[in-house]
Amino acid sequence: MWTSVIIAVGVLLALSAIFGALLGFAADRFRVEGNALVDDIDALLPQTQCGQCGYPGCRPYAEAIADGDAINKCPPGGDSAIAALADLLDVEPQPLDAEHGVAQARRVAVIREDECIGCTKCIQACPVDAILGAAKHMHTVIEQECTGCDLCVEPCPVDCIDMITVDTDIRNWLPPEPALIATDRRPSLTQARNERPEASLP
Amino acid sequence: MTRLWTFPGGIHPPERKALSNARALRVAALPDRLILPLQQHVGQPASVRVTVGQTVLKGDRLADLDGGRGVPVHAPTSGTVDAIAQHPVPHPSGLDDLCLILRPDGDDRWRHREPWPDYQRRGPEAVLARIRDAGIAGLGGAGFPTHEKLTGGRQRPIDTLIVNGAECEPYITADDRTMRERAADVVAGIAVLQWLLSPARTVVGIEDNKPEAIAAMADAARFAGIEVVAVPTLYPSGGERQLIRILTGREVPSGGLPAEVGVVCQNVGTALAVGQAVLQDHPLISRVITLTGTALAEPGNVEALIGTPVADLMAGAGLRADNLERLVMGGPMMGFALATDAVPVTKTSNCVIAVAPGEFGQPAIEQPCIRCGECASACPMTLLPQQLFWHAKSGEYDKAEHLNLFDCIECGACAYVCPSAIPLVQHYRHAKGELRQRRDDQKRADQARERFEARQARLERERLEKEKRRQERARAAAEAQARKANGAAAPQPDDRAAKAALVQQALARKRARADKAVNAQKTASASPGDQSPTQD
Repeated sequence: MWTSVIIAVGVLLALSAIFGALLGFAADRFRVEGNALVDDIDALLPQTQCGQCGYPGCRPYAEAIADGDAINKCPPGGDSAIAALADLLDVEPQPLDAEHGVAQARRVAVIREDECIGCTKCIQACPVDAILGAAKHMHTVIEQECTGCDLCVEPCPVDCIDMITVDTDIRNWLPPEPALIATDRRPSLTQARNERPEASLP
Repeated sequence: MTRLWTFPGGIHPPERKALSNARALRVAALPDRLILPLQQHVGQPASVRVTVGQTVLKGDRLADLDGGRGVPVHAPTSGTVDAIAQHPVPHPSGLDDLCLILRPDGDDRWRHREPWPDYQRRGPEAVLARIRDAGIAGLGGAGFPTHEKLTGGRQRPIDTLIVNGAECEPYITADDRTMRERAADVVAGIAVLQWLLSPARTVVGIEDNKPEAIAAMADAARFAGIEVVAVPTLYPSGGERQLIRILTGREVPSGGLPAEVGVVCQNVGTALAVGQAVLQDHPLISRVITLTGTALAEPGNVEALIGTPVADLMAGAGLRADNLERLVMGGPMMGFALATDAVPVTKTSNCVIAVAPGEFGQPAIEQPCIRCGECASACPMTLLPQQLFWHAKSGEYDKAEHLNLFDCIECGACAYVCPSAIPLVQHYRHAKGELRQRRDDQKRADQARERFEARQARLERERLEKEKRRQERARAAAEAQARKANGAAAPQPDDRAAKAALVQQALARKRARADKAVNAQKTASASPGDQSPTQD
């Protein structure tokens, strides 16, 4: 009788040793560097690096969200970013926190070049290196690289930077959405999850 | 008899082609000014190559690409460049775009031209370059640069060249009249395309509601190795993918090009333009456009210079302004209402309809979807219009994309059959626009992230370098300090002794020099007559 008990215990011990070793090896061999969730969150943020969320850039905010911060602090991302984050993290979407600003159309910074004194302060403030220039030389903004974050406006000692809303032309024009009809019920962002059966279209 | 296939779906809207197809082609009067948009094609806008005030000849190149996809813009007649400015262009948005405004001088003087009746001797590369330099972009409506389509066709084995004369959309008769009256020129153009692509088979597909055009083309193409095929009238058989399906039974893969299934498809008007460009060095500066609608006294087809304002054409066709509801550019199915008649004719404009009140019927009131499924049976692309509609309407654009929203050709068959009169195509266009915008935003975000991370890395590197330099300085200072501290104990006396010895040596040298000088003075004073002791 004792022999069978010893055999059973021995077999279980051997199995646990084997699997333990396997798991230990796998944990070491297939280790993921960094937090994969932060990367996923960062991919959904608009990368304006504007700091309106209170963090110095999008990645720090992504890290904060991964640690449990609210997802509604990003005005440039707007409702679509909040919806995408809520989807990813499986939490309730919330309306944008107005404390951090409001969603705006895309803007770019433009330097009034004849007023620029070449102080390089805006260059140091730009989070994406989109301003070109050197000390005591005129600076200019590379329009394609500008995220419209506003961060260069404040440091300018002569106030020569304007934020210009990007005009709609035939190349970036968005065909208008047809009007809703009387029987339509457009689910609002928060309703979408709470009242799904009723709010979504039939 | 050529075997024909069918495509799924399709509709039979009232044709209304008899309004405009009876009158012979006319040449439109020369307008006061020509408005030439710098982008009339798919790709990037061209950049201006002339200055304001410059005199140009007919056929001069006014704008060309700095790189990227596109075709140049030419002067449709001789005159002076009046302005380069924002001007309304034919676009559903009704927005302005950069245009070159040309004031004709009325002389219509050509630049020097070099016809190539022997184009075969020039080689295919030169002929393709000439097609590009002639500014030819698909005249069927999409405006895809023709040389690119042909270059793509030459890189793959092409067994069928299709010339699209189906012209399935109601009202439009521009290709019909072109084929009836200029069949020989069209065939000459097709011959150039055949020579470039060397297809085993060349087919001209024409809907069977155009018997005169079929007869004219068959007559002109008798000895040219070109089949002229009558295809059953069914909207949208003139869609590129639909016509390829009808004539070859092949299906162009989703998101792919016809060249992938061995087919190149060109519009009749494009073939004509290619012929003119290669054989006569005549760039694309005019096109045939249908002016129709019951608000016109004399509907018909005209050959208009590119850039002619629609207002001039309407006046020439006897517009009854009191009977006009709106102007539509393109056909009733795929066209769009014009915000102003100041817009010019472009390379892709094939029709302007002056719609009289009630001509298109009373606008039906939109009702909720009743899930009848009529739209799905009408869809020529076998999509699920109803599902696309739900997703587009509720803002779930990515779901619509999964259901192949981007395969939609926006033909409008679904909206035409919808008993609830839902503007389905508008929903799809909006959803496509949203998705494109998101894609652009994502691209910009990725670029910004990359730059932000590169900057962070640079700042970190600079910080580390600074730190390293600081540490090195600190270490050097500490070492010097340590040496000083050590030196205070032992080696200092030696040092001092050595220094003292050096000082002693220097003093000794000085003393020796002084002694010498004193001795010399003594000898000099002892013998004053001797100026130079060496002479003794």
